[in-house]
Amino acid sequence: MHAALEIKNVTHKFGEFKALDKVSININPGDFTVLLGLNGAGKTTLYSLITRLYNNNTGSIKIHNFNVRENSSNALKNIGVVFQQPTLDLDLSVEENLHYHSALHGISTVDASSRISEEIGRIDLNDKLKSKVRSLSGGQRRRVEIARSLLHRPKLLLLDEPTVGLDIGSRQMILKHVKALCKKGDLAVLWATHLIDEIDKGEKVVIIHDGKIIESGDVSKVIKKTKQKNIREAFNKLVGIKT
Amino acid sequence: MKLIIYFRCFKGIVLREALRFVHQKERFFSALVRPLVWLGIFAAGFRSVLGVAIIPPYETYIPYEVYIAPGLIAMIQLFNGMQSSLSMVYDREMGSMKTMLVSPIPRWFLLCSKLFAGVFVSILQVYAFLIIASLWGIIPPISGYITILPALVVSGLMLGALGMFLSSAIKQLENFAGVMNFVIFPMFFASSALYPLWKIEETSEWLYYVCFYNPFTYAVESIRFSLYSQINLEYGIGIIVFTIIFLFLSIIGYDPGRGNLQKKGGK
Ligand SMILES: Nc1ncnc2c1ncn2[C@@H]1O[C@H](COP(=O)(O)OP(=O)(O)O)[C@@H](O)[C@H]1O
Ligand SMILES: [Mg+2]
Repeated sequence: MHAALEIKNVTHKFGEFKALDKVSININPGDFTVLLGLNGAGKTTLYSLITRLYNNNTGSIKIHNFNVRENSSNALKNIGVVFQQPTLDLDLSVEENLHYHSALHGISTVDASSRISEEIGRIDLNDKLKSKVRSLSGGQRRRVEIARSLLHRPKLLLLDEPTVGLDIGSRQMILKHVKALCKKGDLAVLWATHLIDEIDKGEKVVIIHDGKIIESGDVSKVIKKTKQKNIREAFNKLVGIKT
Repeated sequence: MKLIIYFRCFKGIVLREALRFVHQKERFFSALVRPLVWLGIFAAGFRSVLGVAIIPPYETYIPYEVYIAPGLIAMIQLFNGMQSSLSMVYDREMGSMKTMLVSPIPRWFLLCSKLFAGVFVSILQVYAFLIIASLWGIIPPISGYITILPALVVSGLMLGALGMFLSSAIKQLENFAGVMNFVIFPMFFASSALYPLWKIEETSEWLYYVCFYNPFTYAVESIRFSLYSQINLEYGIGIIVFTIIFLFLSIIGYDPGRGNLQKKGGK
């Protein structure tokens, strides 16, 4: 079986500045993996490379064995993305936004309608389908973006700091929702964040710092390896934050 | 990839643009008011000063309003092209560009669909303008309302592609005021929109050449001739060549390999 996401030796420079330095990551189908790093660590840059917004010319990035560079169409078909910045069209309704996304993936209107009602039900926003996005709260907008990212049934879901700026209630709801999605099928999730409390024990974590992957694996193993009590202390030790 | 998939994608992009157009009434309104203000104030004020002698495609001496109508139509398309393409650069809209670019459908097709969608909206605006202009007495031959269509499609594509290229290439165009000053005004004034080229040549030779090579002049003249159901080969070919060049440049501009997108941080 192929890895849901396989990144090998990817380096990315902005001019002379190395934003990513020989990054390698492996994610299996069904994995919920947290990409943990401070602001400026290189998380968004990595996502831009995976989604081919930026070109990568070092190493390789494969999604279910489709190389992003050589077979971008098949690779992109399998990716769902929730970007760091909100990307819904505020002047359109929730439904119109979701239909637009379906069209971008070549899904027929009939199929799209049934998928939309399914996804919108899962995030519990049936009654907002006809509302303008502008009238939704921040948390609701994020949930719509997650529903949208799943419409084309991707195998890999990339979320870039999806809970930043949301209140605690919405944060927990979204986190729980995505984790549940992951448990159900073989959807793999890469969840980028700088919020350590979003990591649970039995999960996997990839720690990125100054463009380098400095540690990765099961949370419990990372804790053990660094001889710390919990993941927060392990992270602080790894990135050199004094407490 | 199957043809039907391309078609659905194209339909979705056009539909979204149309919906945004319907939802944003102010945009439609200001797109319409702008040329009408020119027509009502500028043209009325200058009609006594600037008479236009008989030049093709006109068959009689024409009042100044009639002369500048095609220029104002092109102006509608210029604004529309700059607005819909350049709005993609601004933070608020860059998001929608990103969601579009991560679609599995080839990027050139997405960009072309987006352009066509913009052109479609600009054509609706032009016809609204033509209706109001007819109340003003600016009435082309009836066939002109149909023969203008191909010219509108090509000039809309050209101006949209220019905007799209600028949006990918130029970092400094941070706000619309900058675009107005450095793109829209120079293009509009240094063209045949307000005065015929021969009149400009009488005053200043270098300005004549600027106007002559200005792509906007080709848009204006193509529209002018087609509004009178005529074809001017020179302008017709010119505008197609400009369209292909700008289209090519904008597709390169959004090619991840060249990375204009990442120079801007893609934000
Ligand atoms: N377009 C860009 N041009 C130059 N430097 C950039 C650009 N985008 C990001 N960077 C730099 O690369 C580093 C990583 O940024 P980013 O990937 O956005 O981090 P994160 O998402 O983890 O906060 C930062 O130091 C940032 O300043
Ligand atoms: Mg980021």
